[in-house]
Amino acid sequence: MSDFGLIGMASIIIAGLTIAIGSIGPALGEGRALAQALQAIAQQPDESNTITRTLFVGLAMVESTAIYCFVVSLILIFANPFWAAVQNGS
Amino acid sequence: MTLSPDTIEVFSLGPVTINATLVFSWVIMALLIAVSWWVTRSLTATGDIGRGQNVLEAVVAFLRDQIREVTNQDPEPYLPFVGTLFLFIVTSNVLSVVPGFQPPTGSLTTTAALAVCVFVAVPVFGIAKLGLRAYLMNYLRPSPFLLPFTIIGELSRTLALAVRLFGNVMSGSVIAAILLSVVPLFFPIIMQAFGLLIGVIQAYIFAILAIVYIASGTELQQRRARSEEETQ
Repeated sequence: MSDFGLIGMASIIIAGLTIAIGSIGPALGEGRALAQALQAIAQQPDESNTITRTLFVGLAMVESTAIYCFVVSLILIFANPFWAAVQNGS
Repeated sequence: MTLSPDTIEVFSLGPVTINATLVFSWVIMALLIAVSWWVTRSLTATGDIGRGQNVLEAVVAFLRDQIREVTNQDPEPYLPFVGTLFLFIVTSNVLSVVPGFQPPTGSLTTTAALAVCVFVAVPVFGIAKLGLRAYLMNYLRPSPFLLPFTIIGELSRTLALAVRLFGNVMSGSVIAAILLSVVPLFFPIIMQAFGLLIGVIQAYIFAILAIVYIASGTELQQRRARSEEETQ
């Protein structure tokens, strides 16, 4: 297989794997955080404003790892450095 | 299907290319300015206020309450910056249901610019509140050895801020475009409605995170335990 095909194939497969595996952890964590927040709201409905806001900030922090995976897969597909090197070389 | 409104050229004038991101950002800015100007033309302090004034007052009161609760400070200095961020993003995301409108927040350039604004605003507000020396001393707490991690945290949270908004808005429009070609009846509408909800929540998260970052830069760290939150 040529360099083009090899790099293209590897990039696409790894990009998919990156976002697939990388989103498992944050998804589980966010689900857990949401469940806990719902429980807290059910117990203390008066505090729901504070709980919701803290939940959003916390979710954003948890989400960061998934976002980094997303960035890596975007780089692999749209801004792959090896792809550019092979294109310049040939 | 286009991934980003950056690639849509509206017109080009010599070396300067005006793409859809710029045009729709200007549309949103003009809309916000026009609505604000039109409503604030006839403000009253009496009981019978107009519909427009009622809406704007509710928005401003909501923003002030949120900022006050997060920062435990007077919201007045932060309201113009954070409020503008929130209004711009929420208008952009909500208008994405209008056919032909490409939300400028679905382009990484716009969201990166907004995130850089927050990145710059944190030291500006911090130095204005604490003074240069006290603000810089915040970086050396609890220990100078953590300085690299604090700096990495500042940079990575800016990146995450930009990519979070971009990813959510972009994925919304891409899903709508894919569904249009697979099941063109009903399903795209449901996803669009879902996208509205996501868009408003993302605007709220962006504004809240901006306030949280600014607030963390403006308060002196009295207790050592609190500095652990700063590294995120």
